[in-house]
Amino acid sequence: MTYDAVVVGIGVAGLTAALRLAEHGRRVLVVAKGVGSTHLAPGRLDILGYAAGGQRIERPAAALGAFLAERPDHPYARVGARTLSESAEWFRARLGYVGSADENFLLPTALGAVKPTAVVPPSAVGGDLRTGGRFLIVGLQGLKDFFPALCAANLQNAAPVRARAVELHPPLGGEHDVNGLGFAGRFEDEPFREAVVRELRITFAPGERVGFPAVLGLREAEGVWRELEERVRTRVFEIPTLPPSVPGIRMFESLRSALRAAGARIVVGDAVVRARTSGRRVEAVVAEAAGRTVEYSGESFVLATGGFASGGLELGSDGAARETVLGLPIAGLPPHGERFSPEYLGVQPFARAGLAVDERLRPLGEDGNVAYENLYAAGATLGGAEPWREASGEGISVATGFAAAEAIVQSTAR
Amino acid sequence: MSSVRETLDHCVKCTICETFCPYSKATPLFPGPKYVGPQAERFRGTEGSPDYSLDYCSGCGICTQVCPQGVKIAEINSQARAELWEERGIPLRNRIVARPSVTGALGTPVAPLANLTLRARPARWALERTLGIDRRAPLPRFAGRTFQAWARRRRGPQAASGTVAYFHGCSTNYYEPETGERVVELLEHNGFRVVVPRQGCCGLPLQSNGDFPAARRYASRLAATLDAAGEGAPIVSNSTSCSLMLKREALEILEVDDEALRRVSERTYDVCEFLLGLHERGELRTDFQPLPLTVPYHAPCQQRGHGIGKPALDLLALIPELRLVELDAACCGIAGTYGLKREKYEISMRVGEELFAQVRDAEPDLTACDSETCRWQITHGTGVPSVHPVELLHRAYGL
Ligand code: SF4
Ligand code: SF4
Repeated sequence: MTYDAVVVGIGVAGLTAALRLAEHGRRVLVVAKGVGSTHLAPGRLDILGYAAGGQRIERPAAALGAFLAERPDHPYARVGARTLSESAEWFRARLGYVGSADENFLLPTALGAVKPTAVVPPSAVGGDLRTGGRFLIVGLQGLKDFFPALCAANLQNAAPVRARAVELHPPLGGEHDVNGLGFAGRFEDEPFREAVVRELRITFAPGERVGFPAVLGLREAEGVWRELEERVRTRVFEIPTLPPSVPGIRMFESLRSALRAAGARIVVGDAVVRARTSGRRVEAVVAEAAGRTVEYSGESFVLATGGFASGGLELGSDGAARETVLGLPIAGLPPHGERFSPEYLGVQPFARAGLAVDERLRPLGEDGNVAYENLYAAGATLGGAEPWREASGEGISVATGFAAAEAIVQSTAR
Repeated sequence: MSSVRETLDHCVKCTICETFCPYSKATPLFPGPKYVGPQAERFRGTEGSPDYSLDYCSGCGICTQVCPQGVKIAEINSQARAELWEERGIPLRNRIVARPSVTGALGTPVAPLANLTLRARPARWALERTLGIDRRAPLPRFAGRTFQAWARRRRGPQAASGTVAYFHGCSTNYYEPETGERVVELLEHNGFRVVVPRQGCCGLPLQSNGDFPAARRYASRLAATLDAAGEGAPIVSNSTSCSLMLKREALEILEVDDEALRRVSERTYDVCEFLLGLHERGELRTDFQPLPLTVPYHAPCQQRGHGIGKPALDLLALIPELRLVELDAACCGIAGTYGLKREKYEISMRVGEELFAQVRDAEPDLTACDSETCRWQITHGTGVPSVHPVELLHRAYGL
C-alpha cells in the first residue's frame, strides 16, 4: 500500500505526527514494533521544567530563549517558540487538557517530589502546590508501589503545604494484588466508588484537597473524578503512579481512536528493520511480518522510533552507535570512556546523543547534509536534549511530531 | 534453548503486555502475560511448570504484538502449555476439539442428525458433563457437504492469467463450504486458475490444546501437500489462523524443521492480503456494485498476528455505499477452542463483551470478520450474522 506518510513508532511523537497529518487529510500509516512509552509515562505534557543549570522554570515559553542560548542543539531550537506553543495548544485541545506553554503547574509525584508540568488532564490540577494548603493523600490497600505516608511526608518537605496520609480498604472481592488498571476498572463501578467515598468521609477534614493515585477510571475517567469531587465536596486530584500508568493509557487510547476516526491505518507488532531508498529518497520501510518481510511505501516518512531505551538508537558492544532503521549517524556521542558519569542521577554526557536534524527535522547524514529529502525525525530519536533533567520529554515529542507533520504538509502541498 | 525462549531476556518489566491482555482482565484465575510468560518461564526447568494458571492464557497473541522489546510472550506460553499437558496428560476433551478434520469427517455424512443432536438440550448437557464443553458455547453446524466435493466437480474457466493454490482449512471444508466457493469464484473472476489439492488439518487446534507431537505431524503433512501444489504459485487461504500456522507458528512455536514448510511459509497469503496486493498492482477488478449495508469489521487476533495491517478494510472500502466501521475491541473471546470449554466459557464471554457492545452500537446489517470461530462467537454474542470479507466482495461483484 502506498501512503502519503508512513510514521514509524507509536509513542507520543509518532501519534502526534500521524494525527496531525491525518487532520490535514493525508493518508497515514503508523507502523510500530510494539506499544511505546505512553503506557509508562504520566500522560502529561512536560515542556520545560528546569533550566540548563538546574533551576526550576515557572514560565517555559518565556524561559525558552535563555535556555536555547545554552543548548543550541536542542530540538526546541529547530522547532521554534511559536510552533512549540501551537503544538501544546493543539495537544491540550485534542485531549481536553488544561494549561499552556506559558506557565507550569507544580504537581506532586507518587514519591512526594514536585514536578513542573505545563499541560495536564483536568483531574491533575487540584494537586497544584503553588498555592499551598492542606492535602490528604489517599492510598488504596492492594495497590502496589503507592505509599501515601511517604508521599505526604516528602511533600511537606518539598513544598509549603501540610499533608497527611490515609489508606482506604475498598472491597477487592478476595483479590490481594490489583494493578492500577484493575483499580481503574473498579472505580467505574458505582458500589466500589460508594465504598471509597464512605470510608474517605470518616477521615476527611473539610478544607483538605484529596490526592488519589491516578487510577480513577479508564474510559469514564472524567465522570469518575467529577463525581468524587462532588461527593466529597472538595478538590480531588490524581497523582501519577508507577507503570502501568492509567493516565498514559487514557491518553494513548484517546489519540489512537482519533487516528482511527481520521482514517489512519495502524499496524502494531511489526518491527521496521530497514528501508528501501533510491538516491536521496526513502521509497519504503521494510518490516518483519509473519513468515516474510513486508514493505510499506510512502511519499514521506517520520522516524519516531525512540532513543536507546526503545531501540530507535543502538549502542553496540564495540562502542559504535547508530540509528536502527537506516543506520543514520548519531551526533553528540562523547568519546569512549567519557560517556557515562558514575553518578546515576548526575549529568550523563551520553544523554544528549541522538540524530542531528535540519530546521525541518530531517536527519543529517555523515556529510552533514540532509540524508533523505523525505525523511523526518521526531521525539526521543533526536539528540541535543536531556528530557528527564529538563522535564521536557513529552514536550519534545509533541513539538517535534507536530512540526514534522507541518513540514511534510508544506513540502507536499496539494 | 529455543529461539522463542531466548527472547525472555529482553523483558524490561514495563507491564505494557499486562495492560493489553484481555483475558487477565476478565478473570483473576489468570495473572497475566508478564507473570506467566517471561517471569514464570525462568522457573520452568526440568521440574516442570511452577503453576497451572498458564492454562488460562488463550494464546491470542496480543501480548506479543504490543511488547516493545520483542519478547515472544504468547509463544513462550504456548510451548510451556504443551509441556504442562505432557506432564499431566491431555484430557479427552482437548483431544477431540483439537481434531476438526476428524470430527468434520464423522459429522458430515450424518449432518442433519448431528446438527439436531448438537442443538438439543440433553445432548449439550451430556457434552458438558462428559467432555466439559460448555452447553452454551457456539458450536458450528455441519454443512452436510464438503467444499472438497464441490471443488472436485467444478470445472473452472479455461483461460487464466495466473495460478493460485487454495488452502481452505477444515472449517471451510466441513462447516462453511460456501465461503470456499466464494473464494474460488472471486479468484477466477480475477483471472486465476485455482488449484485445490486434497488437504488435511494444519495442526493449530492441536497446538493450542497442547499436543505438539501430533500438531507437528499434521503441519508437516499439510506442508508436503501444499508444497507440491500449483508449481510454486501463491497459496491463498481464508482462514487467518491456519495460514498464520503455515506462515510462522509451525516454524516458531512447534519448531518444525522442514524445508517444504519453509517454502510453503513464504508462498502463503491471507486472501485479503493477496487481493489487496493485486489491487496495488492495478490487477484487481473493481466492477463492484453498491452494497448499501452497515458492516462493522473486526480484525481477529490471529489476523493481526500476520503483521500485514488490515487489508480487508482497504478492500471493502472499494465497494460503493458500504458503510464500514472499524471495530477496535481487542478480542471476541473465543480464541479457537478456548471459549468452548466449560471452565472458560464465561471468561470468554466477558472478554467478548466490549466487542459485542461495539457491534450493537453500530446498528449493523451484518458484521465482517476473517476468522470462522470468531464469526460464530460474534453472532453468538450479538445475534448479528457475521461473514468473511470475501462474502461481501463476492456479492458486490454480483457473482
Ligand atoms: S511488554 Fe514485553 S518487556 Fe514489557 S513486561 Fe511485557 S514482556 Fe516484558
Ligand atoms: S496470548 Fe493473549 S491471553 Fe495469553 S497472555 Fe498473551 S494476551 Fe493474554
